[in-house]
Amino acid sequence: MSSESVILLDNAVMAFGGRRVLNGLTADIRKGEIFVIIGPSGTGKSVTLKLISGLLEPTAGRVTVLGEDVNALSDAALSAHRRRIGYLFQSGALLGWKTLAENVALPLLEHGRIPPGEIDRRVAAVLEEVGLGASGELYPAEVSGGMIKRAGFARAIVEDPELLLFDEPTSGLDPVMSRVIDRLIASISRARGVTCVVVTHDLAGALQYADRIAFLKEGRFLETASPEALLKTRTPDIRAFLDAQFVGGTYGR
Amino acid sequence: MRFTQAPIRNRAGAVLAECGRTVLVTGRSLMLFPCILFNRECRRAFFEQLYTAGIRSLPVATVVALFTGMILSLQLGIAFRQFSQELMVAYTMSFTMFREMGPFMTGIILASCVGSAMAAQLGAMTVNEEIAALEMMGIDPVRFLVVPRLWAMAVMAPLLSFYICVVAFCGGALVGSTQLNLPFLQYMSEVVRVAEIKDLYVGLFKAILFGIMVSSVSCVIGFSTRQGAVGVGASTRRSVVVSFLVILIGGYFVTRFFYVF
Ligand SMILES: Nc1ncnc2c1ncn2[C@@H]1O[C@H](COP(=O)(O)OP(=O)(O)O)[C@@H](O)[C@H]1O
Ligand SMILES: [Mg+2]
Repeated sequence: MSSESVILLDNAVMAFGGRRVLNGLTADIRKGEIFVIIGPSGTGKSVTLKLISGLLEPTAGRVTVLGEDVNALSDAALSAHRRRIGYLFQSGALLGWKTLAENVALPLLEHGRIPPGEIDRRVAAVLEEVGLGASGELYPAEVSGGMIKRAGFARAIVEDPELLLFDEPTSGLDPVMSRVIDRLIASISRARGVTCVVVTHDLAGALQYADRIAFLKEGRFLETASPEALLKTRTPDIRAFLDAQFVGGTYGR
Repeated sequence: MRFTQAPIRNRAGAVLAECGRTVLVTGRSLMLFPCILFNRECRRAFFEQLYTAGIRSLPVATVVALFTGMILSLQLGIAFRQFSQELMVAYTMSFTMFREMGPFMTGIILASCVGSAMAAQLGAMTVNEEIAALEMMGIDPVRFLVVPRLWAMAVMAPLLSFYICVVAFCGGALVGSTQLNLPFLQYMSEVVRVAEIKDLYVGLFKAILFGIMVSSVSCVIGFSTRQGAVGVGASTRRSVVVSFLVILIGGYFVTRFFYVF
Protein backbone atom coordinates (compact mmCIF):
# COMPACT_ATOMS: atom_id res chain seq x y z
CA MET A 1 0.00 0.00 0.00
CA SER A 2 1.43 3.35 -0.97
CA SER A 3 0.78 6.53 0.91
CA GLU A 4 -1.02 8.23 -1.97
CA SER A 5 -4.53 9.39 -1.04
CA VAL A 6 -7.26 8.25 -3.41
CA ILE A 7 -10.27 9.42 -1.43
CA LEU A 8 -10.30 12.28 1.03
CA LEU A 9 -13.51 12.93 2.92
CA ASP A 10 -13.15 16.15 4.84
CA ASN A 11 -15.97 16.74 7.28
CA ALA A 12 -18.57 15.80 4.69
CA VAL A 13 -22.15 16.58 5.65
CA MET A 14 -25.12 15.27 3.68
CA ALA A 15 -28.57 16.51 4.57
CA PHE A 16 -31.83 15.67 2.83
CA GLY A 17 -34.25 18.50 3.40
CA GLY A 18 -32.91 19.38 6.83
CA ARG A 19 -32.38 15.78 7.94
CA ARG A 20 -28.69 15.14 8.33
CA VAL A 21 -27.75 11.66 7.21
CA LEU A 22 -23.99 12.19 7.24
CA ASN A 23 -22.68 14.56 9.83
CA GLY A 24 -19.00 15.29 9.48
CA LEU A 25 -17.61 12.23 7.76
CA THR A 26 -13.81 12.21 7.62
CA ALA A 27 -11.60 9.57 6.05
CA ASP A 28 -8.39 9.23 4.10
CA ILE A 29 -8.39 6.17 1.86
CA ARG A 30 -5.06 5.22 0.32
CA LYS A 31 -4.13 3.77 -3.03
CA GLY A 32 -4.52 -0.01 -3.21
CA GLU A 33 -6.41 -0.17 0.05
CA ILE A 34 -9.59 -2.15 0.63
CA PHE A 35 -11.68 0.05 2.87
CA VAL A 36 -14.78 -1.59 4.27
CA ILE A 37 -17.75 0.32 5.64
CA ILE A 38 -20.09 -1.51 7.99
CA GLY A 39 -22.96 -0.28 10.08
CA PRO A 40 -26.69 -0.60 10.68
CA SER A 41 -29.13 -0.20 7.78
CA GLY A 42 -30.18 3.31 6.92
CA THR A 43 -27.16 5.01 8.42
CA GLY A 44 -25.94 6.39 5.12
CA LYS A 45 -23.50 3.79 3.78
CA SER A 46 -24.95 3.98 0.28
CA VAL A 47 -25.10 7.76 0.55
CA THR A 48 -21.37 7.74 1.38
CA LEU A 49 -20.61 5.88 -1.85
CA LYS A 50 -22.79 8.33 -3.79
CA LEU A 51 -20.82 11.22 -2.31
CA ILE A 52 -17.54 9.60 -3.32
CA SER A 53 -18.81 8.99 -6.85
CA GLY A 54 -20.12 12.54 -7.17
CA LEU A 55 -23.71 11.39 -7.67
CA LEU A 56 -24.64 13.45 -4.64
CA GLU A 57 -23.15 16.77 -3.70
CA PRO A 58 -22.29 17.21 -0.01
CA THR A 59 -24.25 19.86 1.87
CA ALA A 60 -20.98 20.90 3.51
CA GLY A 61 -17.40 19.67 3.61
CA ARG A 62 -15.18 18.44 0.82
CA VAL A 63 -14.86 15.24 -1.16
CA THR A 64 -11.63 14.73 -3.10
CA VAL A 65 -11.38 11.62 -5.26
CA LEU A 66 -8.39 10.62 -7.41
CA GLY A 67 -6.97 14.09 -6.85
CA GLU A 68 -10.08 15.92 -8.03
CA ASP A 69 -12.63 17.92 -6.11
CA VAL A 70 -15.61 16.00 -7.49
CA ASN A 71 -18.14 18.78 -7.21
CA ALA A 72 -15.95 21.39 -8.89
CA LEU A 73 -15.65 19.40 -12.14
CA SER A 74 -17.42 20.47 -15.32
CA ASP A 75 -19.88 17.97 -16.80
CA ALA A 76 -17.38 16.79 -19.42
CA ALA A 77 -14.56 16.44 -16.89
CA LEU A 78 -16.87 14.64 -14.49
CA SER A 79 -17.83 12.14 -17.15
CA ALA A 80 -14.12 11.45 -17.89
CA HIS A 81 -13.41 11.23 -14.17
CA ARG A 82 -16.18 8.68 -13.69
CA ARG A 83 -14.67 6.33 -16.21
CA ARG A 84 -11.84 5.82 -13.73
CA ILE A 85 -14.39 4.55 -11.19
CA GLY A 86 -16.36 1.30 -11.17
CA TYR A 87 -19.57 1.26 -9.15
CA LEU A 88 -21.71 -1.68 -8.12
CA PHE A 89 -25.07 -0.32 -6.99
CA GLN A 90 -27.02 -1.86 -4.15
CA SER A 91 -29.81 -2.80 -6.58
CA GLY A 92 -27.44 -4.00 -9.31
CA ALA A 93 -28.98 -1.33 -11.58
CA LEU A 94 -28.93 -3.35 -14.80
CA LEU A 95 -30.89 -2.11 -17.82
CA GLY A 96 -33.95 -4.33 -18.15
CA TRP A 97 -34.05 -4.47 -21.96
CA LYS A 98 -30.50 -5.73 -22.32
CA THR A 99 -29.12 -9.16 -21.55
CA LEU A 100 -26.57 -9.60 -18.77
CA ALA A 101 -23.77 -9.73 -21.35
CA GLU A 102 -25.03 -6.59 -23.13
CA ASN A 103 -25.22 -4.81 -19.80
CA VAL A 104 -21.63 -5.71 -19.02
CA ALA A 105 -20.53 -4.67 -22.53
CA LEU A 106 -22.21 -1.27 -22.24
CA PRO A 107 -19.27 0.72 -20.78
CA LEU A 108 -16.89 -0.89 -23.28
CA LEU A 109 -19.13 -0.06 -26.24
CA GLU A 110 -19.54 3.45 -25.00
CA HIS A 111 -15.89 4.31 -24.69
CA GLY A 112 -12.94 3.92 -26.91
CA ARG A 113 -12.68 2.03 -30.11
CA ILE A 114 -12.33 -1.51 -28.88
CA PRO A 115 -12.92 -4.03 -31.69
CA PRO A 116 -16.16 -6.02 -31.22
CA GLY A 117 -14.35 -9.35 -30.93
CA GLU A 118 -12.22 -7.97 -28.12
CA ILE A 119 -15.34 -6.67 -26.33
CA ASP A 120 -17.03 -10.09 -26.53
CA ARG A 121 -13.90 -11.78 -25.24
CA ARG A 122 -13.52 -9.33 -22.34
CA VAL A 123 -17.23 -9.60 -21.39
CA ALA A 124 -17.12 -13.39 -21.48
CA ALA A 125 -14.02 -13.36 -19.27
CA VAL A 126 -15.52 -11.19 -16.51
CA LEU A 127 -18.83 -13.03 -16.62
CA GLU A 128 -16.87 -16.25 -16.14
CA GLU A 129 -15.04 -14.70 -13.19
CA VAL A 130 -18.31 -13.96 -11.38
CA GLY A 131 -19.75 -17.38 -12.21
CA LEU A 132 -22.16 -16.22 -14.92
CA GLY A 133 -20.37 -17.78 -17.87
CA ALA A 134 -23.50 -19.64 -18.95
CA SER A 135 -26.04 -16.89 -18.22
CA GLY A 136 -24.86 -14.05 -20.43
CA GLU A 137 -27.81 -14.32 -22.81
CA LEU A 138 -30.47 -14.04 -20.10
CA TYR A 139 -32.36 -10.86 -19.30
CA PRO A 140 -32.34 -9.34 -15.79
CA ALA A 141 -36.01 -10.23 -15.32
CA GLU A 142 -35.16 -13.90 -15.90
CA VAL A 143 -32.46 -14.27 -13.24
CA SER A 144 -32.25 -14.04 -9.45
CA GLY A 145 -31.28 -10.97 -7.46
CA GLY A 146 -27.92 -12.52 -6.68
CA MET A 147 -27.18 -13.01 -10.37
CA ILE A 148 -28.14 -9.39 -11.10
CA LYS A 149 -25.74 -8.37 -8.35
CA ARG A 150 -22.93 -10.42 -9.89
CA ALA A 151 -23.60 -9.03 -13.37
CA GLY A 152 -23.48 -5.54 -11.82
CA PHE A 153 -20.17 -6.53 -10.27
CA ALA A 154 -18.87 -7.67 -13.65
CA ARG A 155 -19.98 -4.39 -15.23
CA ALA A 156 -18.17 -2.43 -12.53
CA ILE A 157 -14.84 -4.18 -13.09
CA VAL A 158 -14.97 -4.66 -16.87
CA GLU A 159 -13.16 -1.43 -17.69
CA ASP A 160 -10.30 -1.99 -15.20
CA PRO A 161 -11.05 1.12 -13.15
CA GLU A 162 -8.63 2.63 -10.63
CA LEU A 163 -11.25 2.87 -7.93
CA LEU A 164 -14.04 0.42 -7.20
CA LEU A 165 -17.11 1.16 -5.11
CA PHE A 166 -19.12 -1.89 -4.07
CA ASP A 167 -22.50 -1.49 -2.38
CA GLU A 168 -23.26 -4.79 -0.62
CA PRO A 169 -21.58 -7.00 -3.24
CA THR A 170 -22.58 -10.25 -1.55
CA SER A 171 -26.12 -9.51 -0.36
CA GLY A 172 -28.52 -11.95 -1.98
CA LEU A 173 -25.73 -14.40 -2.77
CA ASP A 174 -25.33 -17.90 -1.36
CA PRO A 175 -22.31 -18.45 0.94
CA VAL A 176 -20.24 -20.24 -1.68
CA MET A 177 -20.76 -17.52 -4.27
CA SER A 178 -20.12 -14.89 -1.60
CA ARG A 179 -16.66 -16.34 -0.98
CA VAL A 180 -15.97 -16.30 -4.74
CA ILE A 181 -16.82 -12.60 -4.85
CA ASP A 182 -14.78 -11.93 -1.70
CA ARG A 183 -11.73 -13.58 -3.25
CA LEU A 184 -12.32 -11.64 -6.45
CA ILE A 185 -12.36 -8.33 -4.60
CA ALA A 186 -9.15 -9.25 -2.83
CA SER A 187 -7.40 -10.43 -5.99
CA ILE A 188 -8.44 -7.41 -8.07
CA SER A 189 -7.15 -5.10 -5.40
CA ARG A 190 -3.88 -6.96 -4.79
CA ALA A 191 -3.04 -7.79 -8.39
CA ARG A 192 -3.80 -4.43 -9.97
CA GLY A 193 -3.40 -2.06 -7.02
CA VAL A 194 -7.04 -1.03 -7.34
CA THR A 195 -8.50 0.90 -4.42
CA CYS A 196 -11.79 -0.57 -3.20
CA VAL A 197 -14.48 0.82 -0.94
CA VAL A 198 -16.85 -1.96 0.09
CA VAL A 199 -20.12 -1.50 1.94
CA THR A 200 -21.17 -4.80 3.42
CA HIS A 201 -23.03 -6.61 6.17
CA ASP A 202 -20.96 -9.71 5.54
CA LEU A 203 -18.42 -9.60 8.33
CA ALA A 204 -16.79 -12.93 7.53
CA GLY A 205 -15.84 -11.71 4.08
CA ALA A 206 -14.83 -8.26 5.25
CA LEU A 207 -12.47 -9.69 7.85
CA GLN A 208 -10.69 -11.65 5.15
CA TYR A 209 -9.99 -8.94 2.63
CA ALA A 210 -10.24 -5.63 4.48
CA ASP A 211 -7.23 -3.45 5.18
CA ARG A 212 -9.35 -1.19 7.31
CA ILE A 213 -12.94 -1.40 8.50
CA ALA A 214 -14.95 1.68 9.40
CA PHE A 215 -18.11 1.52 11.47
CA LEU A 216 -20.68 4.10 10.42
CA LYS A 217 -23.17 5.27 13.01
CA GLU A 218 -25.10 8.51 13.35
CA GLY A 219 -23.44 10.08 10.35
CA ARG A 220 -19.83 9.50 11.36
CA PHE A 221 -17.22 6.81 11.38
CA LEU A 222 -17.43 5.75 15.00
CA GLU A 223 -14.24 3.78 14.63
CA THR A 224 -11.84 3.03 11.77
CA ALA A 225 -9.45 0.17 12.42
CA SER A 226 -7.71 -2.87 11.00
CA PRO A 227 -9.81 -6.07 11.18
CA GLU A 228 -7.71 -7.40 14.09
CA ALA A 229 -8.08 -4.19 16.09
CA LEU A 230 -11.80 -3.94 15.35
CA LEU A 231 -12.42 -7.41 16.75
CA LYS A 232 -10.96 -6.30 20.08
CA THR A 233 -13.00 -3.10 20.27
CA ARG A 234 -14.87 -2.20 23.44
CA THR A 235 -17.24 0.29 21.82
CA PRO A 236 -20.67 -1.11 22.77
CA ASP A 237 -22.41 -0.38 19.44
CA ILE A 238 -19.70 -2.14 17.45
CA ARG A 239 -19.51 -5.06 19.89
CA ALA A 240 -23.24 -5.60 19.50
CA PHE A 241 -22.88 -5.53 15.71
CA LEU A 242 -19.99 -8.00 15.80
CA ASP A 243 -21.53 -10.34 18.35
CA ALA A 244 -24.72 -10.61 16.33
CA GLN A 245 -22.72 -12.34 13.57
CA PHE A 246 -20.58 -14.55 15.84
CA VAL A 247 -21.37 -18.18 15.09
CA GLY A 248 -19.53 -21.26 16.31
CA GLY A 249 -16.27 -19.56 17.19
CA THR A 250 -15.99 -17.53 14.00
CA TYR A 251 -17.67 -14.65 12.21
CA GLY A 252 -20.02 -15.72 9.50
CA ARG A 253 -23.39 -17.18 8.88
CA MET B 1 -26.53 17.88 -16.50
CA ARG B 2 -26.70 15.86 -13.31
CA PHE B 3 -29.76 13.81 -12.55
CA THR B 4 -28.98 12.03 -9.30
CA GLN B 5 -29.40 14.78 -6.80
CA ALA B 6 -30.93 15.42 -3.45
CA PRO B 7 -34.49 16.65 -3.95
CA ILE B 8 -35.21 20.32 -3.39
CA ARG B 9 -37.39 20.77 -0.32
CA ASN B 10 -38.95 24.08 -1.27
CA ARG B 11 -41.94 23.37 -3.52
CA ALA B 12 -41.78 26.50 -5.69
CA GLY B 13 -38.04 26.01 -6.09
CA ALA B 14 -38.54 22.41 -7.17
CA VAL B 15 -41.14 23.38 -9.81
CA LEU B 16 -38.90 26.14 -11.16
CA ALA B 17 -35.91 23.81 -11.26
CA GLU B 18 -37.96 21.27 -13.17
CA CYS B 19 -39.16 23.83 -15.72
CA GLY B 20 -35.59 24.97 -16.26
CA ARG B 21 -34.42 21.41 -16.62
CA THR B 22 -37.17 20.63 -19.15
CA VAL B 23 -36.01 23.53 -21.30
CA LEU B 24 -32.37 22.39 -21.03
CA VAL B 25 -33.20 18.77 -21.81
CA THR B 26 -35.31 19.79 -24.82
CA GLY B 27 -32.59 22.02 -26.23
CA ARG B 28 -29.91 19.44 -25.65
CA SER B 29 -31.94 16.64 -27.23
CA LEU B 30 -32.68 18.74 -30.31
CA MET B 31 -28.98 19.53 -30.72
CA LEU B 32 -27.97 15.92 -30.27
CA PHE B 33 -29.86 14.84 -33.40
CA PRO B 34 -26.61 13.67 -35.10
CA CYS B 35 -26.43 10.85 -32.53
CA ILE B 36 -29.34 9.20 -34.30
CA LEU B 37 -27.30 9.15 -37.48
CA PHE B 38 -23.92 8.21 -36.04
CA ASN B 39 -24.53 6.30 -32.80
CA ARG B 40 -25.70 2.74 -33.39
CA GLU B 41 -27.34 2.37 -29.99
CA CYS B 42 -29.17 5.66 -30.38
CA ARG B 43 -30.39 4.79 -33.87
CA ARG B 44 -31.69 1.41 -32.76
CA ALA B 45 -33.58 3.02 -29.89
CA PHE B 46 -34.95 5.67 -32.25
CA PHE B 47 -36.51 3.11 -34.57
CA GLU B 48 -37.92 1.22 -31.63
CA GLN B 49 -39.51 4.43 -30.37
CA LEU B 50 -40.88 5.23 -33.81
CA TYR B 51 -42.73 1.95 -33.61
CA THR B 52 -43.89 2.57 -30.03
CA ALA B 53 -45.01 6.14 -30.62
CA GLY B 54 -46.42 5.67 -34.10
CA ILE B 55 -47.63 2.20 -34.90
CA ARG B 56 -48.71 1.27 -31.39
CA SER B 57 -50.91 4.36 -31.06
CA LEU B 58 -52.66 3.73 -34.37
CA PRO B 59 -55.58 1.61 -33.06
CA VAL B 60 -56.51 4.14 -30.38
CA ALA B 61 -55.98 7.03 -32.76
CA THR B 62 -58.24 5.41 -35.39
CA VAL B 63 -61.15 4.83 -33.05
CA VAL B 64 -60.86 8.24 -31.38
CA ALA B 65 -60.57 10.07 -34.70
CA LEU B 66 -63.40 8.17 -36.36
CA PHE B 67 -65.90 8.87 -33.62
CA THR B 68 -64.77 12.44 -33.11
CA GLY B 69 -65.36 13.04 -36.80
CA MET B 70 -68.77 11.40 -36.59
CA ILE B 71 -69.86 13.29 -33.49
CA LEU B 72 -68.69 16.66 -34.74
CA SER B 73 -70.31 16.19 -38.13
CA LEU B 74 -73.54 15.07 -36.57
CA GLN B 75 -73.75 18.09 -34.28
CA LEU B 76 -72.74 20.49 -37.03
CA GLY B 77 -75.20 18.80 -39.36
CA ILE B 78 -78.07 19.27 -36.92
CA ALA B 79 -77.21 22.95 -36.65
CA PHE B 80 -76.56 23.64 -40.34
CA ARG B 81 -79.59 21.65 -41.54
CA GLN B 82 -81.86 24.33 -40.11
CA PHE B 83 -80.45 26.68 -42.74
CA SER B 84 -80.16 23.99 -45.42
CA GLN B 85 -76.42 24.48 -45.39
CA GLU B 86 -75.32 20.84 -45.06
CA LEU B 87 -72.17 21.45 -47.07
CA MET B 88 -70.98 23.81 -44.34
CA VAL B 89 -70.40 20.69 -42.23
CA ALA B 90 -67.51 19.63 -44.44
CA TYR B 91 -66.27 23.19 -44.65
CA THR B 92 -66.17 23.60 -40.87
CA MET B 93 -64.71 20.14 -40.33
CA SER B 94 -61.89 20.84 -42.77
CA PHE B 95 -60.35 23.76 -41.01
CA THR B 96 -61.14 22.76 -37.39
CA MET B 97 -59.50 19.37 -37.93
CA PHE B 98 -56.43 20.61 -39.77
CA ARG B 99 -55.88 23.66 -37.63
CA GLU B 100 -56.84 22.53 -34.13
CA MET B 101 -58.43 19.16 -33.53
CA GLY B 102 -55.90 17.03 -35.43
CA PRO B 103 -52.81 18.20 -33.56
CA PHE B 104 -54.74 18.53 -30.30
CA MET B 105 -56.00 14.95 -30.45
CA THR B 106 -52.53 13.78 -31.46
CA GLY B 107 -51.05 15.49 -28.41
CA ILE B 108 -53.65 14.05 -26.07
CA ILE B 109 -53.23 10.53 -27.45
CA LEU B 110 -49.43 10.72 -27.35
CA ALA B 111 -49.47 12.11 -23.81
CA SER B 112 -51.77 9.45 -22.44
CA CYS B 113 -50.50 6.44 -24.39
CA VAL B 114 -46.82 7.16 -24.98
CA GLY B 115 -45.71 9.95 -22.62
CA SER B 116 -47.15 8.20 -19.59
CA ALA B 117 -45.24 5.03 -20.45
CA MET B 118 -42.05 7.06 -20.87
CA ALA B 119 -42.45 8.69 -17.48
CA ALA B 120 -43.15 5.32 -15.88
CA GLN B 121 -40.19 3.60 -17.52
CA LEU B 122 -37.67 6.36 -16.82
CA GLY B 123 -39.15 6.72 -13.33
CA ALA B 124 -38.65 3.04 -12.58
CA MET B 125 -35.11 3.30 -13.96
CA THR B 126 -34.39 6.28 -11.72
CA VAL B 127 -35.71 4.53 -8.64
CA ASN B 128 -33.70 1.42 -9.49
CA GLU B 129 -30.49 3.52 -9.73
CA GLU B 130 -30.17 2.75 -13.45
CA ILE B 131 -29.91 6.42 -14.37
CA ALA B 132 -27.18 6.83 -11.77
CA ALA B 133 -25.46 3.76 -13.22
CA LEU B 134 -25.53 5.32 -16.70
CA GLU B 135 -24.02 8.48 -15.29
CA MET B 136 -21.30 6.45 -13.60
CA MET B 137 -20.48 4.74 -16.89
CA GLY B 138 -20.10 8.17 -18.46
CA ILE B 139 -23.21 7.63 -20.59
CA ASP B 140 -25.31 10.76 -20.92
CA PRO B 141 -28.90 9.80 -19.99
CA VAL B 142 -30.25 12.54 -22.25
CA ARG B 143 -28.44 11.17 -25.27
CA PHE B 144 -29.10 7.55 -24.36
CA LEU B 145 -32.79 7.84 -23.41
CA VAL B 146 -34.31 11.20 -24.30
CA VAL B 147 -32.89 11.82 -27.79
CA PRO B 148 -34.45 8.72 -29.41
CA ARG B 149 -37.78 9.30 -27.66
CA LEU B 150 -38.02 12.99 -28.42
CA TRP B 151 -37.07 12.67 -32.08
CA ALA B 152 -39.34 9.69 -32.62
CA MET B 153 -42.23 11.73 -31.25
CA ALA B 154 -41.27 14.73 -33.35
CA VAL B 155 -41.33 12.57 -36.49
CA MET B 156 -44.44 10.59 -35.65
CA ALA B 157 -46.66 13.36 -34.27
CA PRO B 158 -47.27 15.19 -37.60
CA LEU B 159 -47.87 11.89 -39.42
CA LEU B 160 -50.29 10.80 -36.74
CA SER B 161 -51.98 14.18 -36.85
CA PHE B 162 -52.52 13.96 -40.59
CA TYR B 163 -53.79 10.41 -40.25
CA ILE B 164 -56.22 11.47 -37.52
CA CYS B 165 -57.57 14.23 -39.75
CA VAL B 166 -58.15 11.85 -42.64
CA VAL B 167 -59.89 9.28 -40.44
CA ALA B 168 -62.05 11.99 -38.87
CA PHE B 169 -63.13 13.18 -42.34
CA CYS B 170 -64.04 9.62 -43.23
CA GLY B 171 -66.14 9.41 -40.07
CA GLY B 172 -67.71 12.74 -40.89
CA ALA B 173 -68.43 11.78 -44.48
CA LEU B 174 -69.97 8.54 -43.27
CA VAL B 175 -72.39 10.47 -41.08
CA GLY B 176 -72.92 12.94 -43.91
CA SER B 177 -73.92 10.27 -46.40
CA THR B 178 -76.12 8.29 -44.00
CA GLN B 179 -77.78 11.04 -41.94
CA LEU B 180 -77.40 14.35 -43.74
CA ASN B 181 -78.04 13.64 -47.38
CA LEU B 182 -74.49 14.70 -48.11
CA PRO B 183 -72.79 12.20 -50.44
CA PHE B 184 -69.47 10.82 -49.27
CA LEU B 185 -67.50 12.13 -52.23
CA GLN B 186 -69.08 15.56 -52.15
CA TYR B 187 -68.18 15.84 -48.46
CA MET B 188 -64.59 14.83 -49.16
CA SER B 189 -64.12 17.11 -52.13
CA GLU B 190 -65.45 20.03 -50.09
CA VAL B 191 -62.91 19.21 -47.34
CA VAL B 192 -60.11 19.25 -49.89
CA ARG B 193 -61.38 22.39 -51.63
CA VAL B 194 -61.53 24.35 -48.40
CA ALA B 195 -58.22 23.15 -47.01
CA GLU B 196 -55.57 25.82 -47.16
CA ILE B 197 -51.91 25.05 -47.26
CA LYS B 198 -51.39 27.33 -44.27
CA ASP B 199 -53.84 25.35 -42.16
CA LEU B 200 -51.97 22.24 -43.06
CA TYR B 201 -48.54 23.42 -42.11
CA VAL B 202 -49.63 25.25 -38.97
CA GLY B 203 -51.35 22.06 -37.87
CA LEU B 204 -48.32 19.93 -38.60
CA PHE B 205 -46.07 22.44 -36.86
CA LYS B 206 -48.32 22.27 -33.83
CA ALA B 207 -48.23 18.49 -33.85
CA ILE B 208 -44.42 18.49 -33.95
CA LEU B 209 -44.33 20.98 -31.10
CA PHE B 210 -46.75 18.87 -29.02
CA GLY B 211 -44.74 15.73 -29.71
CA ILE B 212 -41.52 17.37 -28.54
CA MET B 213 -43.12 18.92 -25.48
CA VAL B 214 -44.91 15.76 -24.39
CA SER B 215 -41.75 13.67 -24.66
CA SER B 216 -39.44 16.08 -22.87
CA VAL B 217 -41.97 16.78 -20.11
CA SER B 218 -42.53 13.05 -19.61
CA CYS B 219 -38.81 12.23 -19.60
CA VAL B 220 -37.88 14.98 -17.14
CA ILE B 221 -40.73 14.00 -14.82
CA GLY B 222 -39.50 10.41 -15.05
CA PHE B 223 -35.97 11.47 -14.12
CA SER B 224 -37.15 13.36 -11.06
CA THR B 225 -39.03 10.37 -9.62
CA ARG B 226 -38.35 9.65 -5.96
CA GLN B 227 -39.54 7.13 -3.42
CA GLY B 228 -40.00 3.80 -5.10
CA ALA B 229 -43.12 2.38 -6.67
CA VAL B 230 -45.36 5.10 -5.23
CA GLY B 231 -43.15 7.69 -6.88
CA VAL B 232 -43.38 5.94 -10.24
CA GLY B 233 -47.17 6.04 -10.07
CA ALA B 234 -47.14 9.71 -9.11
CA SER B 235 -44.74 10.55 -11.96
CA THR B 236 -46.92 8.77 -14.49
CA ARG B 237 -49.99 10.71 -13.44
CA ARG B 238 -48.07 13.97 -13.30
CA SER B 239 -46.66 13.48 -16.79
CA VAL B 240 -50.17 13.16 -18.23
CA VAL B 241 -51.53 16.17 -16.34
CA VAL B 242 -48.58 18.42 -17.17
CA SER B 243 -48.59 17.30 -20.82
CA PHE B 244 -52.30 18.16 -21.16
CA LEU B 245 -51.69 21.60 -19.67
CA VAL B 246 -48.71 22.22 -21.93
CA ILE B 247 -50.70 21.12 -25.01
CA LEU B 248 -53.65 23.38 -24.18
CA ILE B 249 -51.62 26.42 -23.22
CA GLY B 250 -49.04 25.94 -25.97
CA GLY B 251 -51.80 25.31 -28.53
CA TYR B 252 -53.51 28.57 -27.67
CA PHE B 253 -50.36 30.61 -28.16
CA VAL B 254 -49.47 28.96 -31.45
CA THR B 255 -52.97 29.69 -32.78
CA ARG B 256 -52.69 33.27 -31.61
CA PHE B 257 -49.31 33.63 -33.22
CA PHE B 258 -50.41 32.33 -36.62
CA TYR B 259 -54.01 33.53 -36.91
CA VAL B 260 -54.31 36.77 -34.94
CA PHE B 261 -52.37 39.73 -36.15
N1 LIG C 1 -32.08 10.79 -2.51
C1 LIG C 1 -32.46 10.76 -1.22
N2 LIG C 1 -33.41 11.60 -0.77
C2 LIG C 1 -33.79 11.62 0.51
N3 LIG C 1 -33.32 10.81 1.45
C3 LIG C 1 -32.38 9.93 1.10
C4 LIG C 1 -31.90 9.85 -0.27
N4 LIG C 1 -30.95 8.88 -0.33
C5 LIG C 1 -30.86 8.38 0.92
N5 LIG C 1 -31.70 9.00 1.77
C6 LIG C 1 -31.85 8.72 3.20
O1 LIG C 1 -30.57 8.54 3.76
C7 LIG C 1 -30.58 7.54 4.74
C8 LIG C 1 -29.44 6.59 4.50
O2 LIG C 1 -29.69 5.84 3.36
P1 LIG C 1 -28.66 4.75 2.81
O3 LIG C 1 -27.35 5.39 2.59
O4 LIG C 1 -29.32 4.13 1.63
O5 LIG C 1 -28.56 3.71 4.00
P2 LIG C 1 -27.68 2.40 4.08
O6 LIG C 1 -26.66 2.65 5.13
O7 LIG C 1 -28.60 1.29 4.49
O8 LIG C 1 -27.08 2.16 2.73
C9 LIG C 1 -31.92 6.85 4.68
O9 LIG C 1 -32.65 7.23 5.80
C10 LIG C 1 -32.56 7.41 3.43
O10 LIG C 1 -33.93 7.61 3.64
MG1 LIG D 1 -27.46 0.87 1.33
